[in-house]
Amino acid sequence: MSSLARTLEIRTSPHILSGYAVDAIMFNVVLALLPVTAFAVWAFGLTALLTLATAMASCLLTEQLACRVAGRASTLDDWSVAITGLLYGLTLPPGLPLWMVAAGGAIGVGLGKSLFGGLGCNPFNPALVGRAFLQAAFPVAMTSWVPAFAAERFRTLPASSLAAPFSQPSYDGVTTATPLALWKFDGQLTEVGDMALGFIGGSTGETSGLLILLGGIYLVARNMMSWRIPVAILGVVAGASGILHGLDPAGYAPPGFMLFSGGLMLGAVFMATDMVGSPMTSAGCVVYGALIGLLVVVIRVWGGMPEGVMYAILFGNATTPLIDRWIRPRTYGTSVRRASP
Amino acid sequence: MRLLGLQSFRHGIHPPDLKDATRALPIRQFPFAPLLIVPLLQHVGKPSLPTVREGERVVRGQRIATPGAFVSVSMHAPASGVVRRIALAPSISGRMVPAVYLEPHPGSTQEVAEGTPCPLESARREEIIAAIQDAGVVGLGGAAFPTHVKLKIPADKSVDTLIINGVECEPYLTSDHRVMLEQREDVFTGIRYLLRVTGAERAIIGVEANKLDAAAHLRDGLPEDLPASVEVLRVKYPQGAEKMLITALLGREVPSGGLPIDVRALCVNVGTTAEIGRLLPHGRGIQERVVTITGPAVRHPGNYRVPIGTPLRFLLETVGVEEDVNRVFLGGPMMGTAVSSLDISITKGNSGVVAFTDTEAERTHRKIHPCIRCGYCVDACPIFLDPSQLGRLAQDQQYQRMADELHLMDCFECGSCSFVCPSHIPLVQMFRFAKAAVRKAEQAQASG
Repeated sequence: MSSLARTLEIRTSPHILSGYAVDAIMFNVVLALLPVTAFAVWAFGLTALLTLATAMASCLLTEQLACRVAGRASTLDDWSVAITGLLYGLTLPPGLPLWMVAAGGAIGVGLGKSLFGGLGCNPFNPALVGRAFLQAAFPVAMTSWVPAFAAERFRTLPASSLAAPFSQPSYDGVTTATPLALWKFDGQLTEVGDMALGFIGGSTGETSGLLILLGGIYLVARNMMSWRIPVAILGVVAGASGILHGLDPAGYAPPGFMLFSGGLMLGAVFMATDMVGSPMTSAGCVVYGALIGLLVVVIRVWGGMPEGVMYAILFGNATTPLIDRWIRPRTYGTSVRRASP
Repeated sequence: MRLLGLQSFRHGIHPPDLKDATRALPIRQFPFAPLLIVPLLQHVGKPSLPTVREGERVVRGQRIATPGAFVSVSMHAPASGVVRRIALAPSISGRMVPAVYLEPHPGSTQEVAEGTPCPLESARREEIIAAIQDAGVVGLGGAAFPTHVKLKIPADKSVDTLIINGVECEPYLTSDHRVMLEQREDVFTGIRYLLRVTGAERAIIGVEANKLDAAAHLRDGLPEDLPASVEVLRVKYPQGAEKMLITALLGREVPSGGLPIDVRALCVNVGTTAEIGRLLPHGRGIQERVVTITGPAVRHPGNYRVPIGTPLRFLLETVGVEEDVNRVFLGGPMMGTAVSSLDISITKGNSGVVAFTDTEAERTHRKIHPCIRCGYCVDACPIFLDPSQLGRLAQDQQYQRMADELHLMDCFECGSCSFVCPSHIPLVQMFRFAKAAVRKAEQAQASG
């Protein structure tokens, strides 16, 4: 029998694998973000398209360049930087000068990821690092909002998009306010239905709460996302704001408004759940999510800014190592909790 | 521990079952190879000592080796024939072990020799233990640990529950499933012997829900006077591991570094139990075992009663293999060992032979990514280790720290972490290496 003359391959067990793969998980996150992305382009038109494309290009180029400098093989094929690029773009206000978009992407991937050693080593969500940089450096541009569903959105670009680097972008007076800003500064509540569907102003990809949830459900169904994190975040935000609203309905926004306003949905479903920056254990994920939810409410209600999701998640990322150290399951057959490494 | 209606343990994984090719195929007798090579070390412990000489004629079932120590067992001739040589032979571990080369007599009727029966009713405990050692019984589930050793219960310990392990949680394997369907009475007789030896009040046969026919068959035939029950368990890997099975059935946790007897339990594989029930009343010894030969590269998969010492090459030639056979391993795909040579033979611990073609082998050749802290391994580990953190320490060669701080030595290498890892980090392999390094360091310390 000739086939038995073949050299047999020696490999250690297990000889079968689950089929999960990093690149497949990352690719599915990108897939789950596509409806949100499509809605962003529909709602904001050309400027969203250009913002997203610039963000993506900036992130991919930075990662590629970092690999080149580090003398590593390209890591673009693990799709993780594609998520960063897409998420980063989706958190930016439409009409943001494109040079800022490019700069933030380079900072986010370069300082937030590559400098730490690339995939798996970054303590903070790189997309949010990029956004945090822009928020600190260009606070006005980052809080100027081009309105959604403008009539000419597929034909013209807002003047601000093409602003020259380091010039003052001009907004032609056509900016709008986000529901959170309307509430914070004018005490005006937006209809929750409009917010859930996305007929409001805001960052390119944060406005359609329902499409974001849809993407999250897809990932949870495929076991590619911890459902505990978004549930904990949204639960705590709803619970805490519900209590406050119950105590003083005029002074505090109702839970439905809190859930669907600002970047909470996008942050809770797609940002806080980034595996690299979130805890390893199920219990840890609940604590981490609850902490983020609490911070969101604190910043939104008592902070100087109308929105706090980005900082809440970055703080959450920062506590992850501590949570992983404190919340450790007891090893089978041992009476003591596992010692901290 | 009861979850979703059926009992099980926490964590663990759900690999594909892959048993369809053989689960419905009755056990068939495998032909004799022209030369059987019977290793004298097929078990954990000391080698057996041959009692035959080169050139001697033996009868099938005749004892050909006696235990070399307490942790050792007898060996029996798998066929009637002539001892050609007593010399070294290759083994799965890569080491050469002493072996009896036996040439079966083609004209023989291959009748099995009867020995001195061990009567169930009148034999004393020590006599049954001796009979089990004399019958060459070792853990047939794969561990190959001499069964009589664990039946020798220390004076300060006792057993209240005997657990018969019919879980067979490894994908592909169906030998225990067939034994439960075809050797019910042997299983019950074996349980009677084991209950007598251990003094346990009751026996529980644990069967996973993918073998409901076997569970029903056993339950229907349970004799009135046998204090035994059949428990159906939720399908989950590695439920066949002693510790997991004890937790699933009794809710007890075997202490780290301890044995089931520390929680008054004792586990015996169902195939081992059936052999005890089949052999002891006739004073015979193990000269063959049920092996599932399967996998996509096998042309005629099945459950076969294979003579001990059958060379792997003869075995695969007999069932036929595809041209693109790529990998052959003994045992299941989760914990089985890939063989480098087909010149090794089937031993008592081999419950399965699985052959892969290029296609299946290719599926395990995956690009290794950095750990993305997904936590899949943490949720998979049945003993609640942190494989991710252990993996990091292993990369830094911090083996002692892995053992001291993260319970490395409790890892029983089930491979669940490697199975789920989306980064394809060879975690369990790193842990095997680390465990060996720690043991070596401890030995060096003890001797130096």
